[in-house]
Amino acid sequence: MHPLLQELMASGPVLTDGAWGTQLQEKGLTPGEFPDAWNLSNPTKVEEVARAYVSAGSKVILTNTFGSNAIRLREIGMEGHLAEINRAGVRISRQAAGRESRVFASIGPTGKLLMNGDVTEQEMTDAFDAQARALAEAGADALVVETMSDPDEARLAVAAARKTGLPIVACMVFDSGRDKDRTMMGNTPEQVAQILTDAGADVIGANCGQGISGFPAICRRLHSATDKPIWIKSNAGLPEMIHGKAHYATSPEEFAKWVPELVRAGAAFIGGCCGTSPAFIAAARRQL
Amino acid sequence: MGDTRTINNRTFMPDLKKLYEAVVNGDAKSAKEITQEALNSGTDPLALVNEQMVPAMDEVGRRFEANEYFVPELLISARAMKGALDLIRPLLTARGDQPAGRVAIGTVKGDLHDIGKNLVASLLEGGGFEVIDLGVNVPPEKFIETVQTRNANIVAMSALLTTTMPAMKTTIEAMKQAGVRDKVKVLIGGAPITQKYADEIGADGYSENAVGAVALAKKAVAGS
Repeated sequence: MHPLLQELMASGPVLTDGAWGTQLQEKGLTPGEFPDAWNLSNPTKVEEVARAYVSAGSKVILTNTFGSNAIRLREIGMEGHLAEINRAGVRISRQAAGRESRVFASIGPTGKLLMNGDVTEQEMTDAFDAQARALAEAGADALVVETMSDPDEARLAVAAARKTGLPIVACMVFDSGRDKDRTMMGNTPEQVAQILTDAGADVIGANCGQGISGFPAICRRLHSATDKPIWIKSNAGLPEMIHGKAHYATSPEEFAKWVPELVRAGAAFIGGCCGTSPAFIAAARRQL
Repeated sequence: MGDTRTINNRTFMPDLKKLYEAVVNGDAKSAKEITQEALNSGTDPLALVNEQMVPAMDEVGRRFEANEYFVPELLISARAMKGALDLIRPLLTARGDQPAGRVAIGTVKGDLHDIGKNLVASLLEGGGFEVIDLGVNVPPEKFIETVQTRNANIVAMSALLTTTMPAMKTTIEAMKQAGVRDKVKVLIGGAPITQKYADEIGADGYSENAVGAVALAKKAVAGS
């Protein structure tokens, strides 16, 4: 195992962070605005989010770079700012992390489907290469390939991320099938564990897609199918729109109640995804 | 695979059940070949659609609901269906048969996530609809213009983010302003969308997956 992961995991399950997008919205990010652009236009607010997670007890914080791969940036005409946005994202999280936390830089999906012919494998690889390189150059401690729905895309992203030599977390979304235990492409947790392990990820997991009650079973199944540590970041339930704003049904306390069960199911890294906030992380911390 | 043979001046019909199987199995090459042979041997194109292809897509939908099929299988079946329909459509058009409906589809303004939208578009085409794909980040005016100039009778909007879903409401209101809301059925979908939200903003329907979207579109045109 990578020494950094060993060090983090030495004292038991590691608390990661919660959502960024919803937190930035509370600070004025408007609906439809590209959150990552705030790394350049509004870095103070982004740092406030990062700091709130560090204060809440996150030992690992991510970066506000989820959508900053070349394909997505091209769509909004910001491709020329790729290195700048990604580097700023790492710098902001690093400043907030200080000596308290580690910075795991976020790499999200391109939003394109290979099998639909939206983009080629080469285009996807180039898109992830450029982002991974910028994040590594800026001094990220590790890279997180997250919210992946298609194992083919996840594999390309992990391969690109591995070129940096940093430890790699790779996690996928389980939101399909009757029991919400399949990826969009139909893969089971066991298959995903195998695919991501073979791809060379150092930590393997699940994020987003559903509320926390669905995660212990997925976690157990991932854990049974790989020797790698397991990473879990669940949503705070499904959103309900009230007066044009998303509200999530799960409270921080309800969320935190599930944390011991996730630990029993083998989770080594635990945090939140959409709808979670520093309050969720603080509540989870009290359970660890 | 479903050859037409002429023996003693008798034409043997290709085995049409094979067309059904080709669509269910996502075998685009066979679906096209069988369709071409069937048309050559004088099979009614509409019968091919109604008796083989539509039931085949229904079976694909059933397998999806039963967790036997997932997105990859849906996509390849829809592709097989579309390949066969491309051969049939000109014949239907020539004799005045209209498509099941004309759908203007796009992700709403501010939303660039088009996987779901593309999947629904493919399945709608497979379901016999004419699809006008407006792409991503579609402003309300563009939807309105498409209804006005191309006589779309369904507007299908997609949003993946809670931050972009309010654009659905904005679009419906703009359609009212422009006087085109009553000319179309508005269907919506995307990860954060619920039936409750569809009711709130006055959409005509919502589906939580792409298979359901086709059923919904069929229902919408049947009722209009």
